[in-house]
Amino acid sequence: MTTLTKFSMLALALGALTCGPIAAHAADQAIPPKPVAATSKATEPTTKPAATKADAAATPSAAIHKVSAETVDAYVKATFGKAPEEWQQRIVPDDTMKACNKFRNEVPTDIAEAIMQREIKKVVFPADGKLLGDWKAGAKIANNGRGGQFSDKADTVNGGNCYACHQMAPSEVSFGTLGPSLTHYGKDRNYTEAEIKQAYTKIYNSQAVVPCSNMPRFGTNNFLTEQQIKDVMAFLFDPESPVNK
Amino acid sequence: MPFRVHAEDASEKEIERYRAMISDPMSNPGFLAVDRGEQLWASKRGSNNVSLEGCDLGLGAGKLDGAFAQLPRYFKDADRVMDLEQRLLWCMQNIQGLDTKDVVARRFSGPGRVSDMEDLVAFIANKSSGMAIEPQLKHPKEQEMAAVGEELFHRRGGVMDFSCSTCHGAEGKRIRLQGLPYLAGPGKDAQLTMASWPTYRVSQSALRTFQHRIWDCYRQQRWPAPEYGSEGITALTSYLNKIAAGGELVVPSIKR
Repeated sequence: MTTLTKFSMLALALGALTCGPIAAHAADQAIPPKPVAATSKATEPTTKPAATKADAAATPSAAIHKVSAETVDAYVKATFGKAPEEWQQRIVPDDTMKACNKFRNEVPTDIAEAIMQREIKKVVFPADGKLLGDWKAGAKIANNGRGGQFSDKADTVNGGNCYACHQMAPSEVSFGTLGPSLTHYGKDRNYTEAEIKQAYTKIYNSQAVVPCSNMPRFGTNNFLTEQQIKDVMAFLFDPESPVNK
Repeated sequence: MPFRVHAEDASEKEIERYRAMISDPMSNPGFLAVDRGEQLWASKRGSNNVSLEGCDLGLGAGKLDGAFAQLPRYFKDADRVMDLEQRLLWCMQNIQGLDTKDVVARRFSGPGRVSDMEDLVAFIANKSSGMAIEPQLKHPKEQEMAAVGEELFHRRGGVMDFSCSTCHGAEGKRIRLQGLPYLAGPGKDAQLTMASWPTYRVSQSALRTFQHRIWDCYRQQRWPAPEYGSEGITALTSYLNKIAAGGELVVPSIKR
Protein backbone atom coordinates (compact mmCIF):
# COMPACT_ATOMS: atom_id res chain seq x y z
CA MET A 1 0.00 0.00 0.00
CA THR A 2 1.53 3.28 -1.12
CA THR A 3 0.22 6.58 0.13
CA LEU A 4 0.92 10.00 -1.25
CA THR A 5 2.56 11.46 1.82
CA LYS A 6 4.52 13.87 -0.35
CA PHE A 7 1.38 15.61 -1.51
CA SER A 8 -0.88 17.76 0.54
CA MET A 9 -4.40 16.53 -0.05
CA LEU A 10 -5.67 19.92 -1.06
CA ALA A 11 -2.86 20.46 -3.52
CA LEU A 12 -3.73 17.10 -4.98
CA ALA A 13 -7.36 18.07 -5.28
CA LEU A 14 -6.64 21.45 -6.75
CA GLY A 15 -4.26 19.92 -9.23
CA ALA A 16 -7.30 18.93 -11.23
CA LEU A 17 -7.98 22.59 -11.88
CA THR A 18 -4.51 23.88 -12.62
CA CYS A 19 -4.36 22.24 -15.96
CA GLY A 20 -4.74 23.88 -19.28
CA PRO A 21 -7.83 24.94 -21.16
CA ILE A 22 -10.11 22.22 -19.89
CA ALA A 23 -13.51 23.21 -18.67
CA ALA A 24 -14.26 21.23 -15.55
CA HIS A 25 -17.69 19.70 -15.26
CA ALA A 26 -19.68 21.68 -12.74
CA ALA A 27 -20.33 18.73 -10.45
CA ASP A 28 -16.72 17.67 -10.71
CA GLN A 29 -14.83 20.73 -9.61
CA ALA A 30 -12.26 20.32 -6.92
CA ILE A 31 -13.09 23.58 -5.24
CA PRO A 32 -13.97 23.42 -1.57
CA PRO A 33 -17.76 23.69 -1.33
CA LYS A 34 -19.15 26.71 0.49
CA PRO A 35 -19.87 26.17 4.16
CA VAL A 36 -23.59 26.14 4.69
CA ALA A 37 -25.45 28.25 7.21
CA ALA A 38 -27.78 26.40 9.54
CA THR A 39 -31.05 27.18 7.82
CA SER A 40 -29.76 28.05 4.38
CA LYS A 41 -30.89 26.36 1.22
CA ALA A 42 -27.47 26.67 -0.34
CA THR A 43 -27.19 22.94 -0.87
CA GLU A 44 -30.38 22.83 -2.88
CA PRO A 45 -30.32 23.19 -6.63
CA THR A 46 -31.96 26.46 -7.63
CA THR A 47 -34.54 24.59 -9.63
CA LYS A 48 -35.69 22.50 -6.68
CA PRO A 49 -39.37 22.77 -5.89
CA ALA A 50 -40.04 24.76 -2.75
CA ALA A 51 -40.26 22.60 0.33
CA THR A 52 -43.82 22.09 1.43
CA LYS A 53 -43.10 22.97 5.01
CA ALA A 54 -41.05 25.82 6.39
CA ASP A 55 -37.40 25.01 6.81
CA ALA A 56 -36.82 24.88 10.51
CA ALA A 57 -33.93 22.58 9.75
CA ALA A 58 -30.94 22.30 11.99
CA THR A 59 -28.68 20.97 9.24
CA PRO A 60 -28.55 21.55 5.52
CA SER A 61 -29.32 17.91 4.86
CA ALA A 62 -32.45 18.06 6.97
CA ALA A 63 -33.59 20.90 4.75
CA ILE A 64 -33.35 18.56 1.78
CA HIS A 65 -34.50 15.29 3.29
CA LYS A 66 -38.19 15.01 4.00
CA VAL A 67 -38.06 11.34 5.00
CA SER A 68 -35.84 9.42 7.39
CA ALA A 69 -32.89 7.33 6.26
CA GLU A 70 -34.62 4.29 7.82
CA THR A 71 -37.68 4.81 5.61
CA VAL A 72 -35.53 5.05 2.49
CA ASP A 73 -33.60 1.92 3.51
CA ALA A 74 -36.89 0.04 3.92
CA TYR A 75 -37.88 0.98 0.38
CA VAL A 76 -34.48 -0.13 -0.92
CA LYS A 77 -34.97 -3.49 0.80
CA ALA A 78 -38.48 -3.84 -0.64
CA THR A 79 -37.16 -3.07 -4.13
CA PHE A 80 -33.85 -4.95 -4.29
CA GLY A 81 -34.29 -7.43 -1.41
CA LYS A 82 -34.78 -10.44 -3.70
CA ALA A 83 -31.49 -9.93 -5.55
CA PRO A 84 -28.57 -12.28 -4.75
CA GLU A 85 -26.80 -11.32 -1.51
CA GLU A 86 -23.60 -10.35 -3.33
CA TRP A 87 -25.59 -7.92 -5.48
CA GLN A 88 -27.33 -6.41 -2.47
CA GLN A 89 -23.94 -5.80 -0.85
CA ARG A 90 -22.97 -3.68 -3.85
CA ILE A 91 -25.56 -1.04 -3.01
CA VAL A 92 -24.75 -0.77 0.70
CA PRO A 93 -23.19 2.71 0.81
CA ASP A 94 -19.74 3.00 2.37
CA ASP A 95 -18.89 6.06 4.49
CA THR A 96 -17.99 8.10 1.44
CA MET A 97 -21.18 7.31 -0.48
CA LYS A 98 -23.20 7.90 2.70
CA ALA A 99 -21.77 11.42 2.86
CA CYS A 100 -22.30 12.05 -0.87
CA ASN A 101 -25.89 10.80 -0.62
CA LYS A 102 -26.59 12.87 2.46
CA PHE A 103 -25.40 16.11 0.86
CA ARG A 104 -26.31 15.19 -2.72
CA ASN A 105 -22.63 15.48 -3.64
CA GLU A 106 -22.33 19.06 -2.32
CA VAL A 107 -20.32 18.16 0.78
CA PRO A 108 -19.08 20.79 3.25
CA THR A 109 -15.32 21.42 3.36
CA ASP A 110 -14.56 19.33 6.45
CA ILE A 111 -16.41 16.30 5.10
CA ALA A 112 -14.74 16.75 1.71
CA GLU A 113 -11.35 16.65 3.43
CA ALA A 114 -12.34 13.53 5.35
CA ILE A 115 -13.42 11.81 2.12
CA MET A 116 -10.11 12.56 0.40
CA GLN A 117 -8.08 11.38 3.38
CA ARG A 118 -10.11 8.18 3.63
CA GLU A 119 -10.03 7.39 -0.08
CA ILE A 120 -6.36 8.18 -0.78
CA LYS A 121 -5.52 5.25 1.51
CA LYS A 122 -7.38 2.98 -0.89
CA VAL A 123 -5.18 3.85 -3.87
CA VAL A 124 -2.66 1.15 -4.81
CA PHE A 125 0.12 2.11 -7.19
CA PRO A 126 1.72 -0.58 -9.40
CA ALA A 127 4.54 -2.46 -7.66
CA ASP A 128 6.75 -2.07 -10.72
CA GLY A 129 6.38 1.72 -10.60
CA LYS A 130 5.19 1.81 -14.23
CA LEU A 131 1.96 3.79 -14.64
CA LEU A 132 1.67 3.64 -18.42
CA GLY A 133 0.76 0.53 -20.42
CA ASP A 134 -0.30 0.10 -24.06
CA TRP A 135 -2.37 2.95 -25.54
CA LYS A 136 -3.89 0.71 -28.21
CA ALA A 137 -5.33 -1.58 -25.55
CA GLY A 138 -6.40 1.55 -23.64
CA ALA A 139 -8.34 2.84 -26.65
CA LYS A 140 -10.38 -0.38 -26.68
CA ILE A 141 -11.04 -0.16 -22.93
CA ALA A 142 -12.15 3.47 -23.29
CA ASN A 143 -14.66 2.40 -25.94
CA ASN A 144 -16.01 -0.66 -24.11
CA GLY A 145 -19.16 -0.12 -22.04
CA ARG A 146 -19.68 -3.72 -20.99
CA GLY A 147 -19.50 -5.22 -17.54
CA GLY A 148 -21.08 -4.86 -14.13
CA GLN A 149 -24.70 -5.04 -15.33
CA PHE A 150 -27.07 -7.74 -14.11
CA SER A 151 -27.56 -8.68 -17.76
CA ASP A 152 -23.84 -9.34 -18.31
CA LYS A 153 -22.51 -12.89 -18.45
CA ALA A 154 -20.18 -13.83 -15.60
CA ASP A 155 -17.12 -13.96 -17.87
CA THR A 156 -17.67 -10.46 -19.31
CA VAL A 157 -14.51 -8.36 -19.52
CA ASN A 158 -15.26 -4.99 -17.94
CA GLY A 159 -14.71 -1.84 -19.96
CA GLY A 160 -13.88 1.64 -18.72
CA ASN A 161 -16.53 3.21 -20.98
CA CYS A 162 -14.65 6.53 -20.80
CA TYR A 163 -16.32 7.79 -24.00
CA ALA A 164 -19.74 7.60 -22.36
CA CYS A 165 -18.83 10.76 -20.43
CA HIS A 166 -15.63 12.21 -21.93
CA GLN A 167 -14.36 13.45 -25.24
CA MET A 168 -10.98 11.79 -25.86
CA ALA A 169 -9.43 11.21 -29.30
CA PRO A 170 -10.63 14.05 -31.55
CA SER A 171 -11.35 11.47 -34.26
CA GLU A 172 -14.13 9.89 -32.14
CA VAL A 173 -17.27 12.01 -32.50
CA SER A 174 -19.50 9.82 -30.35
CA PHE A 175 -18.61 11.08 -26.88
CA GLY A 176 -20.62 12.11 -23.83
CA THR A 177 -20.43 15.36 -21.92
CA LEU A 178 -20.99 14.33 -18.29
CA GLY A 179 -17.26 14.76 -17.65
CA PRO A 180 -14.76 17.27 -19.02
CA SER A 181 -13.09 16.81 -22.41
CA LEU A 182 -9.84 14.83 -22.14
CA THR A 183 -8.59 15.64 -25.64
CA HIS A 184 -4.82 16.38 -25.66
CA TYR A 185 -4.76 15.34 -22.02
CA GLY A 186 -1.11 14.35 -21.78
CA LYS A 187 0.11 16.93 -24.27
CA ASP A 188 -1.59 19.80 -22.42
CA ARG A 189 0.11 18.65 -19.23
CA ASN A 190 3.56 18.27 -20.79
CA TYR A 191 3.51 14.57 -19.88
CA THR A 192 4.91 15.38 -16.41
CA GLU A 193 5.37 12.67 -13.82
CA ALA A 194 3.27 14.56 -11.29
CA GLU A 195 0.36 14.79 -13.74
CA ILE A 196 0.70 11.10 -14.58
CA LYS A 197 0.55 10.17 -10.91
CA GLN A 198 -2.39 12.51 -10.39
CA ALA A 199 -4.36 10.99 -13.28
CA TYR A 200 -3.61 7.44 -12.11
CA THR A 201 -4.94 8.40 -8.69
CA LYS A 202 -8.07 9.90 -10.23
CA ILE A 203 -8.85 6.84 -12.34
CA TYR A 204 -8.04 4.42 -9.53
CA ASN A 205 -10.13 6.33 -7.00
CA SER A 206 -11.80 9.55 -8.12
CA GLN A 207 -13.02 10.26 -4.60
CA ALA A 208 -9.42 10.68 -3.42
CA VAL A 209 -9.10 13.69 -5.72
CA VAL A 210 -12.58 15.19 -6.11
CA PRO A 211 -14.91 14.37 -3.21
CA CYS A 212 -18.28 13.11 -4.50
CA SER A 213 -17.04 13.18 -8.09
CA ASN A 214 -19.50 11.53 -10.48
CA MET A 215 -16.70 9.29 -11.72
CA PRO A 216 -16.51 5.61 -10.71
CA ARG A 217 -13.67 4.38 -8.46
CA PHE A 218 -12.30 2.01 -11.09
CA GLY A 219 -9.44 0.56 -9.05
CA THR A 220 -10.79 0.74 -5.53
CA ASN A 221 -14.11 -0.81 -6.57
CA ASN A 222 -12.26 -3.57 -8.49
CA PHE A 223 -13.92 -2.71 -11.77
CA LEU A 224 -10.79 -2.43 -13.90
CA THR A 225 -7.56 -4.39 -13.40
CA GLU A 226 -4.26 -2.64 -12.74
CA GLN A 227 -3.16 -3.47 -16.29
CA GLN A 228 -6.37 -2.01 -17.74
CA ILE A 229 -5.83 1.21 -15.78
CA LYS A 230 -2.23 1.39 -17.04
CA ASP A 231 -3.49 0.96 -20.62
CA VAL A 232 -6.10 3.72 -20.25
CA MET A 233 -3.36 5.88 -18.72
CA ALA A 234 -1.23 5.29 -21.83
CA PHE A 235 -4.20 6.27 -23.99
CA LEU A 236 -4.17 9.61 -22.12
CA PHE A 237 -0.40 10.11 -21.83
CA ASP A 238 1.38 8.36 -24.70
CA PRO A 239 2.54 11.03 -27.19
CA GLU A 240 1.62 8.56 -29.96
CA SER A 241 -1.94 8.11 -28.68
CA PRO A 242 -4.68 9.68 -30.84
CA VAL A 243 -5.79 11.55 -27.71
CA ASN A 244 -2.69 13.72 -28.07
CA LYS A 245 -2.85 14.17 -31.85
CA MET B 1 -15.46 22.29 -32.47
CA PRO B 2 -18.18 24.07 -34.46
CA PHE B 3 -18.33 21.54 -37.30
CA ARG B 4 -19.20 18.83 -34.79
CA VAL B 5 -22.00 20.91 -33.34
CA HIS B 6 -23.40 21.30 -36.85
CA ALA B 7 -23.15 17.56 -37.41
CA GLU B 8 -25.06 16.94 -34.18
CA ASP B 9 -27.68 19.53 -35.10
CA ALA B 10 -28.13 17.85 -38.46
CA SER B 11 -28.49 14.39 -36.98
CA GLU B 12 -30.81 15.74 -34.26
CA LYS B 13 -32.98 17.29 -36.99
CA GLU B 14 -32.98 14.04 -38.90
CA ILE B 15 -34.02 12.13 -35.79
CA GLU B 16 -36.79 14.69 -35.18
CA ARG B 17 -38.01 14.22 -38.75
CA TYR B 18 -38.00 10.46 -38.27
CA ARG B 19 -39.91 10.79 -35.00
CA ALA B 20 -42.52 13.00 -36.61
CA MET B 21 -42.85 10.51 -39.45
CA ILE B 22 -43.61 7.57 -37.19
CA SER B 23 -45.49 9.31 -34.39
CA ASP B 24 -48.93 9.18 -35.92
CA PRO B 25 -51.23 6.40 -34.75
CA MET B 26 -51.37 4.88 -38.21
CA SER B 27 -47.66 4.08 -38.17
CA ASN B 28 -46.82 3.66 -34.47
CA PRO B 29 -46.88 -0.09 -33.70
CA GLY B 30 -47.59 0.84 -30.07
CA PHE B 31 -51.21 1.22 -31.12
CA LEU B 32 -51.39 -2.51 -31.83
CA ALA B 33 -50.69 -2.96 -28.13
CA VAL B 34 -53.46 -0.46 -27.35
CA ASP B 35 -55.90 -2.61 -29.35
CA ARG B 36 -54.78 -5.83 -27.66
CA GLY B 37 -55.08 -4.13 -24.28
CA GLU B 38 -58.64 -3.08 -25.03
CA GLN B 39 -59.60 -6.69 -25.66
CA LEU B 40 -57.76 -7.90 -22.54
CA TRP B 41 -59.51 -5.30 -20.37
CA ALA B 42 -62.87 -6.74 -21.39
CA SER B 43 -61.83 -10.44 -21.25
CA LYS B 44 -63.30 -12.62 -18.52
CA ARG B 45 -60.50 -14.34 -16.63
CA GLY B 46 -59.54 -15.84 -13.29
CA SER B 47 -61.45 -18.03 -10.88
CA ASN B 48 -64.24 -15.43 -10.76
CA ASN B 49 -64.51 -15.39 -14.56
CA VAL B 50 -65.00 -11.61 -14.71
CA SER B 51 -63.36 -8.87 -16.76
CA LEU B 52 -61.22 -6.03 -15.42
CA GLU B 53 -64.09 -3.60 -16.02
CA GLY B 54 -64.83 -3.72 -12.28
CA CYS B 55 -61.33 -2.46 -11.53
CA ASP B 56 -61.10 1.00 -9.95
CA LEU B 57 -58.01 2.82 -11.19
CA GLY B 58 -58.75 5.81 -8.98
CA LEU B 59 -61.71 7.47 -10.66
CA GLY B 60 -64.25 4.69 -10.03
CA ALA B 61 -64.76 1.13 -11.27
CA GLY B 62 -64.19 0.85 -15.01
CA LYS B 63 -63.55 4.59 -15.44
CA LEU B 64 -60.51 4.90 -17.70
CA ASP B 65 -60.58 8.42 -19.12
CA GLY B 66 -57.90 10.42 -17.32
CA ALA B 67 -57.14 7.69 -14.73
CA PHE B 68 -53.53 7.16 -15.85
CA ALA B 69 -52.77 10.90 -15.64
CA GLN B 70 -53.39 10.70 -11.86
CA LEU B 71 -51.30 7.61 -11.11
CA PRO B 72 -49.53 6.63 -8.92
CA ARG B 73 -52.12 7.39 -6.22
CA TYR B 74 -53.33 6.12 -2.84
CA PHE B 75 -55.98 3.39 -2.90
CA LYS B 76 -58.03 3.00 0.24
CA ASP B 77 -58.99 -0.65 -0.39
CA ALA B 78 -55.33 -1.68 -0.59
CA ASP B 79 -54.13 1.02 1.87
CA ARG B 80 -51.19 1.63 -0.46
CA VAL B 81 -49.97 4.00 -3.10
CA MET B 82 -49.87 2.13 -6.41
CA ASP B 83 -48.79 2.79 -9.95
CA LEU B 84 -50.87 1.44 -12.84
CA GLU B 85 -49.06 -1.89 -13.02
CA GLN B 86 -49.28 -2.58 -9.28
CA ARG B 87 -52.97 -1.66 -9.40
CA LEU B 88 -53.67 -3.95 -12.35
CA LEU B 89 -52.01 -6.88 -10.54
CA TRP B 90 -54.13 -6.08 -7.48
CA CYS B 91 -57.32 -6.04 -9.56
CA MET B 92 -56.41 -9.30 -11.29
CA GLN B 93 -55.87 -10.98 -7.92
CA ASN B 94 -58.75 -9.40 -6.00
CA ILE B 95 -61.45 -8.90 -8.64
CA GLN B 96 -60.73 -11.61 -11.19
CA GLY B 97 -59.23 -14.13 -8.77
CA LEU B 98 -56.39 -14.59 -11.23
CA ASP B 99 -53.08 -16.15 -10.30
CA THR B 100 -50.75 -13.39 -11.56
CA LYS B 101 -47.61 -15.53 -11.59
CA ASP B 102 -47.79 -16.02 -15.34
CA VAL B 103 -48.67 -12.36 -15.98
CA VAL B 104 -45.62 -11.29 -13.96
CA ALA B 105 -43.42 -13.82 -15.77
CA ARG B 106 -44.49 -12.13 -19.02
CA ARG B 107 -44.20 -8.58 -17.62
CA PHE B 108 -41.81 -7.60 -20.42
CA SER B 109 -42.46 -8.91 -23.92
CA GLY B 110 -39.72 -10.56 -25.95
CA PRO B 111 -39.30 -12.77 -28.98
CA GLY B 112 -42.24 -15.19 -28.87
CA ARG B 113 -43.49 -13.75 -25.56
CA VAL B 114 -46.47 -11.40 -25.43
CA SER B 115 -47.03 -9.21 -22.36
CA ASP B 116 -50.52 -8.62 -21.00
CA MET B 117 -49.18 -5.82 -18.83
CA GLU B 118 -47.61 -3.91 -21.70
CA ASP B 119 -50.83 -4.19 -23.69
CA LEU B 120 -53.07 -3.16 -20.80
CA VAL B 121 -50.83 -0.21 -19.89
CA ALA B 122 -50.77 0.97 -23.52
CA PHE B 123 -54.58 0.86 -23.68
CA ILE B 124 -55.21 2.53 -20.31
CA ALA B 125 -52.50 5.19 -20.70
CA ASN B 126 -53.84 6.06 -24.15
CA LYS B 127 -57.16 6.93 -22.46
CA SER B 128 -55.26 9.83 -20.83
CA SER B 129 -53.48 10.96 -23.96
CA GLY B 130 -53.81 14.71 -24.41
CA MET B 131 -54.36 15.23 -20.69
CA ALA B 132 -52.00 16.84 -18.21
CA ILE B 133 -49.97 14.83 -15.70
CA GLU B 134 -51.71 15.44 -12.38
CA PRO B 135 -49.68 14.06 -9.47
CA GLN B 136 -51.71 13.07 -6.41
CA LEU B 137 -49.96 14.36 -3.29
CA LYS B 138 -52.65 15.01 -0.69
CA HIS B 139 -52.47 11.72 1.22
CA PRO B 140 -49.48 11.34 3.59
CA LYS B 141 -48.55 8.08 1.89
CA GLU B 142 -48.53 9.83 -1.48
CA GLN B 143 -46.25 12.52 -0.04
CA GLU B 144 -43.97 9.85 1.41
CA MET B 145 -43.77 8.07 -1.94
CA ALA B 146 -42.67 11.22 -3.78
CA ALA B 147 -40.20 12.14 -1.03
CA VAL B 148 -38.63 8.67 -0.98
CA GLY B 149 -38.50 8.75 -4.77
CA GLU B 150 -36.48 11.94 -4.62
CA GLU B 151 -34.07 10.31 -2.17
CA LEU B 152 -33.70 7.22 -4.38
CA PHE B 153 -33.06 9.48 -7.37
CA HIS B 154 -29.98 10.88 -5.61
CA ARG B 155 -28.81 7.66 -3.94
CA ARG B 156 -25.47 6.40 -5.22
CA GLY B 157 -24.34 2.78 -5.15
CA GLY B 158 -23.12 -0.22 -7.07
CA VAL B 159 -19.64 -0.87 -8.48
CA MET B 160 -19.72 2.45 -10.32
CA ASP B 161 -21.18 4.61 -7.52
CA PHE B 162 -23.96 5.69 -9.88
CA SER B 163 -27.34 7.20 -9.01
CA CYS B 164 -30.14 8.41 -11.29
CA SER B 165 -28.75 11.92 -10.84
CA THR B 166 -25.33 10.90 -12.17
CA CYS B 167 -26.89 11.08 -15.63
CA HIS B 168 -29.98 13.19 -14.99
CA GLY B 169 -28.67 15.72 -12.47
CA ALA B 170 -27.60 18.51 -14.83
CA GLU B 171 -29.05 20.16 -17.91
CA GLY B 172 -27.84 19.60 -21.46
CA LYS B 173 -25.70 16.52 -20.86
CA ARG B 174 -25.13 13.52 -23.11
CA ILE B 175 -24.05 9.88 -22.79
CA ARG B 176 -22.16 9.34 -26.03
CA LEU B 177 -24.56 11.10 -28.43
CA GLN B 178 -27.71 10.36 -26.45
CA GLY B 179 -29.18 13.49 -24.88
CA LEU B 180 -30.14 13.13 -21.21
CA PRO B 181 -33.20 14.82 -19.73
CA TYR B 182 -32.63 16.85 -16.56
CA LEU B 183 -34.74 15.25 -13.85
CA ALA B 184 -33.38 16.66 -10.59
CA GLY B 185 -36.07 19.32 -10.59
CA PRO B 186 -39.19 20.49 -12.40
CA GLY B 187 -39.03 21.71 -15.96
CA LYS B 188 -39.68 20.92 -19.57
CA ASP B 189 -37.35 17.91 -19.60
CA ALA B 190 -39.27 16.20 -16.80
CA GLN B 191 -42.62 17.03 -18.43
CA LEU B 192 -41.61 15.73 -21.86
CA THR B 193 -40.01 12.61 -20.40
CA MET B 194 -42.89 11.55 -18.18
CA ALA B 195 -45.47 12.51 -20.81
CA SER B 196 -43.90 10.04 -23.24
CA TRP B 197 -44.35 6.76 -21.29
CA PRO B 198 -45.46 4.12 -22.20
CA THR B 199 -43.58 4.18 -25.48
CA TYR B 200 -42.97 1.95 -28.46
CA ARG B 201 -39.24 1.22 -28.57
CA VAL B 202 -38.18 0.75 -32.17
CA SER B 203 -34.85 -0.80 -31.13
CA GLN B 204 -36.65 -3.44 -29.08
CA SER B 205 -39.73 -3.84 -31.32
CA ALA B 206 -41.83 -3.61 -28.18
CA LEU B 207 -44.20 -1.37 -26.27
CA ARG B 208 -42.39 -0.56 -23.01
CA THR B 209 -43.86 0.63 -19.75
CA PHE B 210 -42.22 2.84 -17.14
CA GLN B 211 -41.53 -0.25 -15.01
CA HIS B 212 -39.26 -1.43 -17.83
CA ARG B 213 -37.59 1.99 -18.11
CA ILE B 214 -36.62 2.03 -14.41
CA TRP B 215 -35.52 -1.63 -14.56
CA ASP B 216 -33.28 -0.76 -17.50
CA CYS B 217 -31.94 2.35 -15.77
CA TYR B 218 -30.90 0.31 -12.74
CA ARG B 219 -29.28 -2.23 -15.05
CA GLN B 220 -27.17 0.52 -16.58
CA GLN B 221 -26.49 1.97 -13.13
CA ARG B 222 -24.90 -1.39 -12.27
CA TRP B 223 -27.43 -1.93 -9.49
CA PRO B 224 -29.23 -5.22 -8.80
CA ALA B 225 -32.45 -5.86 -10.72
CA PRO B 226 -35.37 -4.07 -9.02
CA GLU B 227 -38.40 -6.23 -8.25
CA TYR B 228 -41.28 -5.72 -10.70
CA GLY B 229 -44.05 -3.62 -9.18
CA SER B 230 -41.97 -2.83 -6.09
CA GLU B 231 -42.23 0.21 -3.85
CA GLY B 232 -39.00 1.84 -5.03
CA ILE B 233 -40.14 1.98 -8.65
CA THR B 234 -43.45 3.51 -7.63
CA ALA B 235 -41.61 6.01 -5.42
CA LEU B 236 -39.42 7.11 -8.33
CA THR B 237 -42.47 7.34 -10.60
CA SER B 238 -44.28 9.46 -8.00
CA TYR B 239 -41.30 11.80 -7.65
CA LEU B 240 -40.86 12.13 -11.41
CA ASN B 241 -44.56 12.81 -11.98
CA LYS B 242 -44.42 15.41 -9.22
CA ILE B 243 -41.75 17.36 -11.10
CA ALA B 244 -43.51 16.67 -14.43
CA ALA B 245 -46.88 18.08 -13.29
CA GLY B 246 -48.74 19.70 -16.14
CA GLY B 247 -46.88 17.86 -18.88
CA GLU B 248 -49.25 16.83 -21.64
CA LEU B 249 -49.38 13.07 -22.13
CA VAL B 250 -48.88 11.83 -25.68
CA VAL B 251 -49.02 8.06 -25.32
CA PRO B 252 -48.05 5.60 -26.48
CA SER B 253 -45.17 7.62 -27.91
CA ILE B 254 -42.42 6.18 -30.05
CA LYS B 255 -38.68 6.22 -29.39
CA ARG B 256 -35.53 4.82 -30.96
